[in-house]
Amino acid sequence: MKNIKYLLLRRATQIILMFLYFAANAYGWHILEGTFGSSKLFGLIPLADPYTTLQVLSAGFILGADVLVGALLITLFYMIVGGRAFCSWVCPINMVTDLANWLRRKLKLDKEEVNYRFLKRRTRYWIMVLGLIVSAIVGVAAFEAVSPITIMQRGIIFGFGTGIAVVVAIFLFDLFGVRNGWCGHLCPLGAAYSLIGQKSLIRVKHDHDACTACMECKVVCPENQVLHMINKESISVTDKECTNCGRCIDVCGDDALGFSIRNLKKNS
Amino acid sequence: MKSSNNNRRKFMATTLQSVGLTALGGLLWSGYCDEAKASPLVLRPPGALKEKDFLKACIKCGLCAEACRNRESNKNRDGTQREGTLKMAKGGEHKLIGTPYFIPTDVPCYMCDDIPCVPVCPSGALDMKSLLNEKEELDINRAKMGLAVVHKESCVAFWGLQCDACYRACPLLDEAITLEYQKNDRTGKHAFLLPVVHSDICTGCGLCEKACITEKPAIFVLPREYAMGKAGDHYVKGWDKKDQQRVGNRKIDEIETHNERSDQTPTDYLNREIEY
Repeated sequence: MKNIKYLLLRRATQIILMFLYFAANAYGWHILEGTFGSSKLFGLIPLADPYTTLQVLSAGFILGADVLVGALLITLFYMIVGGRAFCSWVCPINMVTDLANWLRRKLKLDKEEVNYRFLKRRTRYWIMVLGLIVSAIVGVAAFEAVSPITIMQRGIIFGFGTGIAVVVAIFLFDLFGVRNGWCGHLCPLGAAYSLIGQKSLIRVKHDHDACTACMECKVVCPENQVLHMINKESISVTDKECTNCGRCIDVCGDDALGFSIRNLKKNS
Repeated sequence: MKSSNNNRRKFMATTLQSVGLTALGGLLWSGYCDEAKASPLVLRPPGALKEKDFLKACIKCGLCAEACRNRESNKNRDGTQREGTLKMAKGGEHKLIGTPYFIPTDVPCYMCDDIPCVPVCPSGALDMKSLLNEKEELDINRAKMGLAVVHKESCVAFWGLQCDACYRACPLLDEAITLEYQKNDRTGKHAFLLPVVHSDICTGCGLCEKACITEKPAIFVLPREYAMGKAGDHYVKGWDKKDQQRVGNRKIDEIETHNERSDQTPTDYLNREIEY
């Protein structure tokens, strides 16, 4: 049980959130209504996705106060508390890409050199900026027109249609194409949350003294460049791309990793 | 020296590559989005901004569709919830994905008095102000979701059969659709009861389309932009005081239109054959 604690917690959070969104339409519950683009919590508190909000603004529409306040609340939450936790604790596509990644390891695809080196992890930041430019040119929220995240979410709430193809495409891309291709290289929403949450409080901390250098954490981490301190020094994972998923903590047999609050005092 | 040159060249090359690939992605992406939003024949919820602005503004949250489906009045006799009017565009429906719309032959808009779908819109894509009457109350009769159009040849009322299904289904009975009586010369002793839609009153709810008895509805709702013509500002109703004032108030340089023919005299062009 110990080595899947955070995995179970994450799946529970993701599934409960999705169910609440589903129930808002199916049963008329007023707990969590809408979609990530814009939601209502308890029929009262507005929530909105900051990147989607930026796209609509750059498409040339001055949004209503509900969305602006909602985007501010979400921004503050991830900025102060969660970091990039949206990606691993909320987003439904995470379940798809995690499954692809798990199969990839089971099928030992990476040992067969099936990886495409041209795709860089920084590509997502280019796509993020590009999404805003395209929104401005075409006059429509550009990433929202193709986003597998809200296509999957709306699919769960309202029915998929052929939109399921996008989700399958992401699965195939991550399984047979690039390892962690979507979440780790392309997704502009993840890029936006990386930037928002880069100074957040909750961080994974590494204990060099306990580490036996088994490198299980690096195998399982979807953004393993952030674990550069493993077996080197006892510091927190402060790279902005860490999604706080806690898989490294789960797989660590030596208690060398754990969640902690970021040390606010500057270490000289 | 040589290695710093090499570094610089490598840096320039990778930067150029990133910019180039971004431009490529941008072209493809813009092209897709431009096509994806070109779905003209789609009916939007009440209070929706003009299609172009609506597509900019809609954040695709689905709160309108959820409010529509789960409204109090939308229940079957046994208490179960019915399907709502508003659908969220899915992949394969050839509309901008995630935007709300409705198909009257599936479920028309029942024009609820409290308009549950509009106040919940967080982005302003559904404009509540456009639905307020003089007393600042929500008034669904102000909605302009579309315009009902009659296809005379398939409407059996125009054949001389008695049918007023659309007339009776209309929530603005005898206002948005009126019946025009005409003599049926074929029989010599019957009347035609012809449905006539009035575009200044019709809200485009689609109840007439849903009620139409023909195999494929002979009365159907189109977006107003596509169902309506425009006479142009220079046509003035000489018998209408208001319309006369409209012209009287205009500045003269606004009225003047200048085209290729303006510099010619009528004798130059009146007797000329049409040129192709």
